Amino acid sequence: MTRAVITGIGVVAPSGIGADAHWKSVLDGASKLGRITRFDPSSYPVTLAGEVPEFDVEDYVTARLKVATDRWTWHGFAATREALDDSGIDLSTVDPYDAAVALASSSGGNEFGQGELQTLWAEPDGKVSVYQSIAWFYAASVGQISILHQLKGQCSVLVAETAGGLDSFAQATRTIRRGTKVVLAGGTEAPLSPYALTCQLSTRRLSTSADPATAYQPFSVGAQGYVAAEGGAVLLVEDLDHARDRGADVYGEVLGWAATHDGRATRPGDGGSAEQYERAMRVALERAGRSASDVDVVFPDAVGVPAADLVEATAIRAVFGDVPVTTQKAQLGRMYQGGAAVDVTTALQAMRYDTLPATHGLGDIAPGCELNFVREATPRHVDVAVVNARGYDGYNTSLVIGRYEG
Amino acid sequence: MSQHRRVVVTGVGVVAPGGVTRAQFWDTLTAGRTATRKITFFDAAKFRSRVAAEADFDPVAAGLTAQEIRRADRYVQFGLACAAEALADSGLVLDEQTLDNTGVVMGSAVGGTMALEDEYVAVSNTGREWLVDHTYAGPFLYQALVPSSLAADIAHRYGTHGPTQVVSTGCTSGIDAIGYAWHLVQDGEADVIIAGASDSPISPVTVSSFDAIKATTPENDDPAHASRPFDRTRKGFVMGEGGAVLILEELGHALRRGAKVYCEVTGYASRSNGFHMTGLRPDGLEMSEAIRVSLDQGRTNPTDVGYICAHGSGTKQNDRHETAAFKRALGDHAYRTPVSSIKSMIGHSLGAIGAIEMAACALTIDNNVVPPTANWSERDPECDLDYTPVTAREKKVDVALSVGSGFGGFQSAMVFSRLKEAA
Repeated sequence: MTRAVITGIGVVAPSGIGADAHWKSVLDGASKLGRITRFDPSSYPVTLAGEVPEFDVEDYVTARLKVATDRWTWHGFAATREALDDSGIDLSTVDPYDAAVALASSSGGNEFGQGELQTLWAEPDGKVSVYQSIAWFYAASVGQISILHQLKGQCSVLVAETAGGLDSFAQATRTIRRGTKVVLAGGTEAPLSPYALTCQLSTRRLSTSADPATAYQPFSVGAQGYVAAEGGAVLLVEDLDHARDRGADVYGEVLGWAATHDGRATRPGDGGSAEQYERAMRVALERAGRSASDVDVVFPDAVGVPAADLVEATAIRAVFGDVPVTTQKAQLGRMYQGGAAVDVTTALQAMRYDTLPATHGLGDIAPGCELNFVREATPRHVDVAVVNARGYDGYNTSLVIGRYEG
Repeated sequence: MSQHRRVVVTGVGVVAPGGVTRAQFWDTLTAGRTATRKITFFDAAKFRSRVAAEADFDPVAAGLTAQEIRRADRYVQFGLACAAEALADSGLVLDEQTLDNTGVVMGSAVGGTMALEDEYVAVSNTGREWLVDHTYAGPFLYQALVPSSLAADIAHRYGTHGPTQVVSTGCTSGIDAIGYAWHLVQDGEADVIIAGASDSPISPVTVSSFDAIKATTPENDDPAHASRPFDRTRKGFVMGEGGAVLILEELGHALRRGAKVYCEVTGYASRSNGFHMTGLRPDGLEMSEAIRVSLDQGRTNPTDVGYICAHGSGTKQNDRHETAAFKRALGDHAYRTPVSSIKSMIGHSLGAIGAIEMAACALTIDNNVVPPTANWSERDPECDLDYTPVTAREKKVDVALSVGSGFGGFQSAMVFSRLKEAA
């Protein structure tokens, strides 16, 4: 069967711009959460978030393209450019029909959309701009990126809340197995407009703490929800033969995945189905041809909601026993689909640098949430990593990635 | 492609303007009746385009529970109703083992924008406040923000545990969602997928969005004849709403339980034009490539195509673009093949319409009737194929091709074929 490998990483996240900045932040461990600066959060119960550090999208695209797109797409433009540069690929050597983009997005062009809604409703004769129809909808980033880079193959836009960020790697691999040579995968988000934050508040899963040090403490006694963040990652997934032929530097291989659904809604106090989450991990391993004991590290969803953390810890223990577990979600914030792609990045870097980065944000571990957390950065040869993500209202995805031995 | 499992359609459910069940939908199409009318959902006086194809949908009559109705935005309600009808049609029994291997893959272009706009008006106090007042927000606002709610709510109702996804590639979402589902069943990731799409875009923000780029028709005086795909006098599309769900099932799984098989999914491909978010080059190159690949996958000869369910939005550039694509992909056979646009009757429901059109293809193969293009009367020199004007046509169709074209430059094609004996 055709094998799919990852040959380029582009990160635009609270950890920084680019793969190196991200890894440096993760090793450094300093929290990237802070008071929201995109707008004045004083009137909201949630005031903390993870924001992408200042960057100028005009370093990546024209001013014309900037005004026609939302911030979420700007993150996509920059992450894509970073990934392509990192991969060293010359896209002019690839048939455009053999190149595609498959990204995940939870919520589209929020800030742009709110501005247009305001224009429409604030005045009796208000109307939206010519860009509203192409900037707000969920396919905007993928469409723009496909045009910008002439990626004319099978493109996809996946919406499975946070889990979709991993589903995009599965979809990229399916697409490659059907003959496409290179597929950009991952996702970015920009959920920090006043209205988008208001929408998120309705789940009551966001932490209302104003203290960045303790607001987001997954698996801990002090867990009180998550802190949202913007950003994400785009990675280049490539047909192995194609990568080899061009002498690409391979980060790792997509070995297997599985997606399951709880079949029930996310409700307060209900942490979801341990059985279905566990099944996602077991089936992913089976499809990857690996056993649980082959796995060197697990990146959990780590949402920081006590009931969900308990289900997650229970399921991971059931599958893996005392496998090392690490998460940087509490350091960077929860980037929804973007965060799942960032976790894939971190896993690939752990493989590359033979280092397990430390888990951030742990307090006293909550009863039942005991896992073998990586407490400080640890040298370790990583052959197989499992990255998990769970989406609101029952989505579970588990992705298995492996070292590629050339 | 012999390593892939075969996939068939064993159930169909539809919510469409002009009649909200599969039977009423098919009756609308075969009667050539148009369901376009003046917008009644809100006062559209300030907009350029004031006509739409609205569905007279009653969620209670469609069997939704009080809590589903409270929680779910209109497009999700459509999805639930379509899934119920399709599952009942399929006769599938969802036992424990089946639930583990049954997924839900739905498409939607604009998701919960109807609820998002309603709620926005309240929390912003009609656009007065940028720092909107969260205390006025409803309890299910997050479900409106994330279109993943569409597939999740269907999974919740039936307790399915298979792979679940929402595909949102704008106006090709419906075809792309069914294509995604097809791949999952082909590859053994699921045995059954509840697959389709829904959209409910008839709200001020979406009407204004298409006004701004003059994509929708400005002719408001004669709503019943406002949608005129392929006609020389066409002026733009008429927005619609609705949904469709198909039950996609692995062939052996369907045969073992003696299911009625509508057709087999034999091809699907999507290509992007890499050209413009809304513009189309007249040559139809990328759409023809999507058609060529989707025919190749099922080893279908272009001359075997018996019906083309066109995108046929009724914009100047679209209808010319896809006419060119059909000729490029099928050669002279394009002139001998009945083409039609059901958007002439039920409007363009954005991401939903691709799934509704696939439902029409399944029903065409099942009933041996080609639905017409309503309102067609004047030939456009650039649109010179057989568009099945006005009146439905009896014809045995073994292979139906459908295409979609959307913002972002996406061009998708799907092929349904009458089931042949397992090889």
